[in-house]
Amino acid sequence: MKSLEELKAIRERMQGQVGMRGEEENSIRVVVGMATCGIAAGARPVLTAFSDLVQEKNLTNVTVTQTGCIGMCMYEPIVEITMPGKEKVTYVKMTAEKAAEVVESHIIGGNVLTKYTIKD
Amino acid sequence: MYRSHVLVCGGTGCTSSGSQAIINALETEIKKNGLETEVQVVKTGCFGLCALGPIMIVYPEGTFYSMVKEEDIAEIVSEHLLKGRIVSRLVYDETVADTGIKSLNDTAFYKKQMRVALRNCGVINPECIDEYIGCDGYEALGKVLTTMTPDQVIDTILDSGLRGRGGGGFPTGLKWKLAKGNDADQKYVCCNADEGDPGAFMDRSILEGDPHVVLEAMTIAGYAIGATQGYIYIRAEYPIAVDRLNVAIKQAREYGLLGKNIFGTDFSFDIELRLGAGAFVCGEETALMTSIEGHRGEPRPRPPFPAVKGLFGKPTILNNVETYANIPRIILLGADWFKSIGTEKSKGTKVFALGGKIKNTGLVEIPMGTTLREVVEEIGGGIPNGKKFKAAQTGGPSGGCIPAHLIDTPIDYDNLIAIGSMMGSGGLIVMDEDTCMVDIAKFFLEFTVDESCGKCTPCRIGTKRLLEMLDNITKGKATLEDIDKMEELCYYIKDNSLCGLGQTAPNPVLSTLKFFRDEYVAHVVDKKCPAGVCKDLLSYSIIKDKCFGCGMCAKACPAGAITKTDYVAPGKKLPAYEIDTAKCVKCGACVGTCKFKAIVKE
Ligand SMILES: Cc1cc2nc3c(=O)[nH]c(=O)nc-3n(C[C@H](O)[C@H](O)[C@H](O)COP(=O)(O)O)c2cc1C
Ligand code: SF4
Ligand code: SF4
Ligand code: SF4
Ligand code: FES
Repeated sequence: MKSLEELKAIRERMQGQVGMRGEEENSIRVVVGMATCGIAAGARPVLTAFSDLVQEKNLTNVTVTQTGCIGMCMYEPIVEITMPGKEKVTYVKMTAEKAAEVVESHIIGGNVLTKYTIKD
Repeated sequence: MYRSHVLVCGGTGCTSSGSQAIINALETEIKKNGLETEVQVVKTGCFGLCALGPIMIVYPEGTFYSMVKEEDIAEIVSEHLLKGRIVSRLVYDETVADTGIKSLNDTAFYKKQMRVALRNCGVINPECIDEYIGCDGYEALGKVLTTMTPDQVIDTILDSGLRGRGGGGFPTGLKWKLAKGNDADQKYVCCNADEGDPGAFMDRSILEGDPHVVLEAMTIAGYAIGATQGYIYIRAEYPIAVDRLNVAIKQAREYGLLGKNIFGTDFSFDIELRLGAGAFVCGEETALMTSIEGHRGEPRPRPPFPAVKGLFGKPTILNNVETYANIPRIILLGADWFKSIGTEKSKGTKVFALGGKIKNTGLVEIPMGTTLREVVEEIGGGIPNGKKFKAAQTGGPSGGCIPAHLIDTPIDYDNLIAIGSMMGSGGLIVMDEDTCMVDIAKFFLEFTVDESCGKCTPCRIGTKRLLEMLDNITKGKATLEDIDKMEELCYYIKDNSLCGLGQTAPNPVLSTLKFFRDEYVAHVVDKKCPAGVCKDLLSYSIIKDKCFGCGMCAKACPAGAITKTDYVAPGKKLPAYEIDTAKCVKCGACVGTCKFKAIVKE
């Protein structure tokens, strides 16, 4: 290592990694329903898509977690997104492709994609 | 990208309770479930809750599993890591709330803590320099080498008010300034990782959990005082810490963070380890340096002080591991940030090893000025079995005790000294009403008698005499004059010993005499141990009128000291039993066998 820039490069690469450990009050949480019904309905590729995109786009303030059954099995795969200070948004019948859209528009852009949210 | 990190403690405590087997099982199960690209297993340093080990924490949820067993791993992986269902049966009970699972940071144990020196312990993989860098590691070194002069570094440390965490509480910046002021062709930076206090293990935990922080801080110190070589003096009984330091030094050299021309500047610095044999006195600064030089670790008179003539006769600074662990944060966040924590004359935090009669034992880091009550009742979770708090011992064999009426004392260097104790390296032993204070003083004296190097008479002979006097008191063989003589001897040893070991050895006696003199008097005058600890002053007897003659106690007695009498108590059918005090070995086994509470201990 000859320069501060090299150190900074390592730091930035690692921050996304270690940043998850510890309580981040200001982070955006993506929660994927991963009970048996969710997995059967294809929740795993959705989960992987979110994780990969968050990494690719270097979104250090986003954590991706899975949870158990959200209780609406016919809508699986279900994804909930919580932003600091905002209402929780629930997306239903997700796929990896839809996940990419949600990352772009909702997580990065701040616009909820109502076409995929639950209608009640 | 790993969506989940499973941190397993690889500290000494958890390693001995089997954390390596947990890691292996996790890796197997994770593969079995096809999660190896999603879940990362990280072996970290100590979390501070060693009594609950092996410890495991799953992020991003922050779920805290304690006392994990190998058999539990399959369930944790398939339920939690695959399906996201926390296995609540295995979760640390303090984190289970009515509303679900709380984060570890919200538990009483962690809430009042503030992690500065321990900030990376239990968070990063100590064998991965990149993770340290990811937590701002080596940024302070970069800042110092490229934007600050040595004087600016020293001024920052001076201004921060940081004082040595190894016992004495000497201002760190001042120590550096003195060493910088002495011109020499060579100077040295040393780290004291000898950790001799029998109750303390924070230095080991820092080295195991975050070894790079010490390397970075020593390099900063080298730049500040103008040294190019550092030594870490570590006890050989800390094999995990030694390994991690060796790995860390190798990685730092590979990255050019140790060695020649660091960050392309003309500053060069390297660090070597020196293993100590574990004698307590080798932690004393002059003895430590003599030992690094390859001689027998014995103290020498000061002056000259190490800042003038230290290692190999050159200007040297020696700081404690925890002291160093504060340095990079002070450089990065500034002296004002550090000064904002703590009390007027004691800034920052202090790590304590909480032990004894307390619910949560472990390592705690608290801002200076936290009261003993907060530590005992909140962080420590109180005293088990409904017993009352009697005193806390701080400072190990050099320290003293804080009695119950001073429990609201804010803990800092000066307050502890004022009440006759000291900060020491940070052992904090809680004692309840079943503790005999004379016995405690004797325990520490036994330690110092064993560890006295023998170089000077007041310490070598004096501490031995002191121990004999204490022993006589616990046996009821002393008089009131003996107590006064003992006190005089204490002051004599303090004033005439060559090094800190002897100078502080009488402290446990003096401080218990100060606050618990009546207990000493009870031993001497009434020949009784009020706490019921000193065996020679105890006797067991059967209250015959309560005895039903069932004979259970006689069966339990290993010494055959209990026999039947001819006496039948009023209202009872069988003859009562009695204890032959000449045969009784005071094991206490009979007491619990008597359903009628007829056996008493006095
Ligand atoms: C008998 C004796 C044992 C000591 N043991 C230790 C020790 O194990 N670790 C330590 O850091 N300091 C120990 N010290 C204190 C050191 O002499 C020295 O003051 C300290 O390492 C300086 O570092 P600091 O200013 O950062 O606290 C001991 C002192 C005495 C008198
Ligand atoms: S005070 Fe004790 S330990 Fe210190 S030099 Fe004298 S004999 Fe050795
Ligand atoms: S204390 Fe032990 S030795 Fe003494 S009488 Fe009871 S059982 Fe026997
Ligand atoms: S156990 Fe109690 S009641 Fe029974 S013989 Fe012993 S002292 Fe008497
Ligand atoms: S060694 Fe694991 S918590 Fe201390």
